[in-house]
Amino acid sequence: MSTGTTKLDVVVSDVVPVNDLVTRFHFRRRDGELLPTFSGGAHVVVEMRDGERTRLNPYSLMGSPLDTREYTISVRRDDVGRGGSLFMHRNVRPGMEMVVSYPVNLFSLDLRAKKHLMLAGGIGITPFMAQTAQLAAEGGNFELHYTCRTASLGTYADVLRERYDRRVRLYHDDLDERIELDRLLSTQPLGTHLYVCGPAGMINWVRDRAASFGWPSETVHFEHFAAPQPGLPFDVTLAVSGKTIRVDEQQSLLEAIEAAGVDPPYLCRGGVCGQCETNVVSYDGKFIHNDHWLSEEEHRSGKKIMPCVSRFEGRSLVLER
Amino acid sequence: MAAKSIISRPVYGTLSPQPGKHHLFIADAEGALAIAEMAERAPPGFFDDAEIVFIPGPDGNHIAALDALKPAQFHQAPSFASLLPRLRQTLANAHMGLRLYLSGTEGLIGQAMQVALEAGIDHTSIQTEHRGSLARRMQCVHCKGITENVTTQPATCAHCGLLLLVRDHYSRRIAAFQGVCINAEDRSEIPPMEEIFR
Repeated sequence: MSTGTTKLDVVVSDVVPVNDLVTRFHFRRRDGELLPTFSGGAHVVVEMRDGERTRLNPYSLMGSPLDTREYTISVRRDDVGRGGSLFMHRNVRPGMEMVVSYPVNLFSLDLRAKKHLMLAGGIGITPFMAQTAQLAAEGGNFELHYTCRTASLGTYADVLRERYDRRVRLYHDDLDERIELDRLLSTQPLGTHLYVCGPAGMINWVRDRAASFGWPSETVHFEHFAAPQPGLPFDVTLAVSGKTIRVDEQQSLLEAIEAAGVDPPYLCRGGVCGQCETNVVSYDGKFIHNDHWLSEEEHRSGKKIMPCVSRFEGRSLVLER
Repeated sequence: MAAKSIISRPVYGTLSPQPGKHHLFIADAEGALAIAEMAERAPPGFFDDAEIVFIPGPDGNHIAALDALKPAQFHQAPSFASLLPRLRQTLANAHMGLRLYLSGTEGLIGQAMQVALEAGIDHTSIQTEHRGSLARRMQCVHCKGITENVTTQPATCAHCGLLLLVRDHYSRRIAAFQGVCINAEDRSEIPPMEEIFR
């Protein structure tokens, strides 16, 4: 059960290949009405019905928040992932009926900021597509620094340059171009907020540098949807519902709990929002924590787990579910 | 130390050194002691990147103690109003990495925070420590006039003369507690006035 996220019946109105790895999907409401409003940085959870299996993957909305006739997402194909992105690329066609959640924003702009400094890595550009559109419409002050592997994989780099010109700065890994992060962080006017979305390594690097340069944590915003990592299968006992279940190699713990007919709350399914936080009753083994929600102390305590992205290896695990 | 009552009533902490490139301290009277005590816990060289702006109390104490910390800049001002243009200028030219530390009376902390908020600093990132007087800045909800240094409950509005209940309801935007007429139904009813915000 997704907390506060009612479902939307949509139809795929367009499928547009963007480059070798990324495809864009457009959704409209089946009843022809406008979609719910959202703010830049919001995501929806897309339900993918793949035979017996249902996948629920979060994707950032990348269209302008000013246009709610359609929602657009961009999906990067991950050939070694758990299959959600491959399903989108291979199976989803215009005219197909799908279900998406209401939008939820866990990466919103702080509109009190005097300036918005945005750092994107790879497909992490998508929330900034919506945020820049929102800010540009309000005359907001922003600057976007976008790192991509090569120019041809710089998803929407051309669109952003055309829209915002010098407010967008591009860095190409293959040309050895790197963000001068320290210079950037030490020259921002007071009242600047920092936003970073990209690979985990980039987010950690930016957060660490910002903290050491004296950026208060309230001014540093980040989003990283950790896709659930596959791992060894393991057994779990759900104490409240009195069930013992097996989590398969390619399945997340949350998905296994849902498949057993138990409905824990969730929002992001990517280890950031905290909704599915679950108490551990007892365990004998080792946790593999992959979330950004629990503190290091909580990770060490063995008392909590985020079933959307984290796993377990060992003899027994009993959860309060 | 001010007791917690309702959510808008500010609570203050203990100054602690923050990571940062520049450190701006604003203090009045006994607020200097909070800086001196924090200095004992600060890493070596901390005050090389620090500026202290100090409004001494009527006794003129603590100037030497602050000077002895050898901050990069040390500035004295006779009142908050007199340092306001300088503070605005400093914040307008500042970069991210500047950390703000406020210590002393509630009136000083509140007014300095008000200027900092306008400059885009998040109030939760500001270090504060209350020292000295609990006298309040109060805004009359009826005439909107601000009365400084209110020490009594109830208090008389210096602008419209109404007798006001001084509430814990606080506005960071105007840096004042709210005063509401205490005898609106019957103005002849005059509750006893006690000095409680010393």
